[in-house]
Amino acid sequence: MLTVNSIKNGIVIDHIKSGNGLKIFEKLNLTKVDYPVVLLMNVESDKLEKKDIIKIQDKIDVDLAMLGLIDPNITVNIIKNGQRIEKRKVGVPQKVKGLFKCSNPRCISNHDLYVEPSFNLIDEEKVKYQCEYCDDFTEYRI
Amino acid sequence: MSLKGRHLIDPSNFTLAEIDQILTIAQDMQKEPPKYAEVCKGKILATCFYEPSTRTRLSFESAMLKMGGNVLGFSEASSSSVSKGESVADTVRVMDAYSDIIVMRHNREGAPKLASNFSSVPIINGGDGGHQHPTQTLTDLLTIKNLKGEIKNLKVALCGDLKYGRTVHSLIKTLARYENMSFYLISPQQLKIPNYIKEYVKSNYNVKIVETENLDDVISEIDILYMTRIQRERFFNEEDYVKLKDSYILTKNKIQSAKEDMLIMHPLPRVNEIYCDVDDDKRAVYFYQAKCGVYVRMSLMANLLGVLDDVNCK
Ligand SMILES: [Zn+2]
Repeated sequence: MLTVNSIKNGIVIDHIKSGNGLKIFEKLNLTKVDYPVVLLMNVESDKLEKKDIIKIQDKIDVDLAMLGLIDPNITVNIIKNGQRIEKRKVGVPQKVKGLFKCSNPRCISNHDLYVEPSFNLIDEEKVKYQCEYCDDFTEYRI
Repeated sequence: MSLKGRHLIDPSNFTLAEIDQILTIAQDMQKEPPKYAEVCKGKILATCFYEPSTRTRLSFESAMLKMGGNVLGFSEASSSSVSKGESVADTVRVMDAYSDIIVMRHNREGAPKLASNFSSVPIINGGDGGHQHPTQTLTDLLTIKNLKGEIKNLKVALCGDLKYGRTVHSLIKTLARYENMSFYLISPQQLKIPNYIKEYVKSNYNVKIVETENLDDVISEIDILYMTRIQRERFFNEEDYVKLKDSYILTKNKIQSAKEDMLIMHPLPRVNEIYCDVDDDKRAVYFYQAKCGVYVRMSLMANLLGVLDDVNCK
C-alpha cells in the first residue's frame, strides 16, 4: 500500500467521499499554498470502501463550515507534536456566511460589494439554505 | 406595548397584537385627525427611493406632514450619490444622521434588511424588488378591518402576477396568521407564487390553499378579490409579457356572479387589469384603500418613533 509519512503538526481531513478530495483541495485553495499538503485519493476504507484524505502540515485554521457544505461526513483530526489531540465530525452548518452566492439574481447580496451573503439551513439533506436578505432558497452544489 | 425603535422589513417582524395596535391607532387617526396633528413635530422622515414610486413616497410624505413632521430624501437612484455606486450601508449611515426615521424603496430584494443592519433609526421597507411590501399589507389590513369589521374566516383570492408581486407576498404571509383563512391563488403558470412563500405559509399556519389559472371558476365563492398588475419590468422578454398581460382583466360582467359584499382590492397603480366600468361598483374599494394607506403609515411611523405616549388613543 501507498504510504505517506504522518504529519507532526497540522490537520488530517479524513473520510472524504472518494472523488470529493480534489474538489475540497481546490475549494480550500490548497493548490496555491507554500506549506506541505498531500491529497490521497481512492484509499481503502472500512467505512466507505474507498475514500480520499487530505493532510495539511503546520496549519490548523481550516474553514470547517466549507467542509461541511461539501461533505458533512468528513472528520477533521487536529495533530500536535505527532499526536491527535482532537477529532471532529463537521456536519452541515446551520448558518453560512459568504461561502456561496444567493441564487436569486435580484438579491441585494449579489449587487452590493459591502454585504456578505448570509444563509440559514432549511433542509439538511438537500443542503438547502434560505437567504437572510431576500428569503429565497439556494441549494449548495460543488 | 411599545414599538419604539423597531424596524419593519418583513410583516413577520410584528406580532398580530402589534399589528392590531397599529391598525387601532390608524382607525383613531382616521376618526380624529386633529388629535395627531402635532405628534411628530420636529421629526424628520427620510425617503430613500432608489426606484421611483410616486404613490408610496407621497403616501409616506403626506402621513408625516399630517403629523406635523418634515420630510427629505431622494426619489430615484440616478439623482443621488448612489448612482456613483455607493453602498446601501453607506447611504443609510449618512441618512441616519439626517433623520429620525427612514423609508426605503429599492429594486434589489433584501436592500432594506441590509440597511437595517447599519441604521440606528427605524427603517421601513417601502418595497424591495419582487420580495415584500409590508406597509401595503398594513394598508390592506386596515381596509379589510374597516369594511369587514374583523379579519378572520375569509376566502381571499389573489390574482395576477404572484411571482414578482411583493404586495401579494406580504399579504398572504400576514393574512395566513389570522383565524380560518383560505386562499385562492390565481395566476398563469409562469407567474405562480414562489415556493419559499408557499412552503412558509403551509408549514406554519393551518390555511387552505387552492391554486388555479381560472378566475371565473372561483369568483362566486370569495370574500376578497385582490388583483395585481402584471408588470412589464418583471419580465425578461417582451413576448412573454404580451402573451400574459391580458390573462386576467376584471370587468363588470365578470363580477356579476360574485358575492354582494365581496371586496375588490388592488394596490394600484393599475394598467388595465380592472376595467373602468368596475370603478363605480360598491365592491370596488381600491381608491378607499389608498386613503387607508396614509392613516396606517401615520400610525406606523408614530409607533416606531414612540411619540404617542401623551396622546389618549383609545
Ligand atoms: Zn438572497
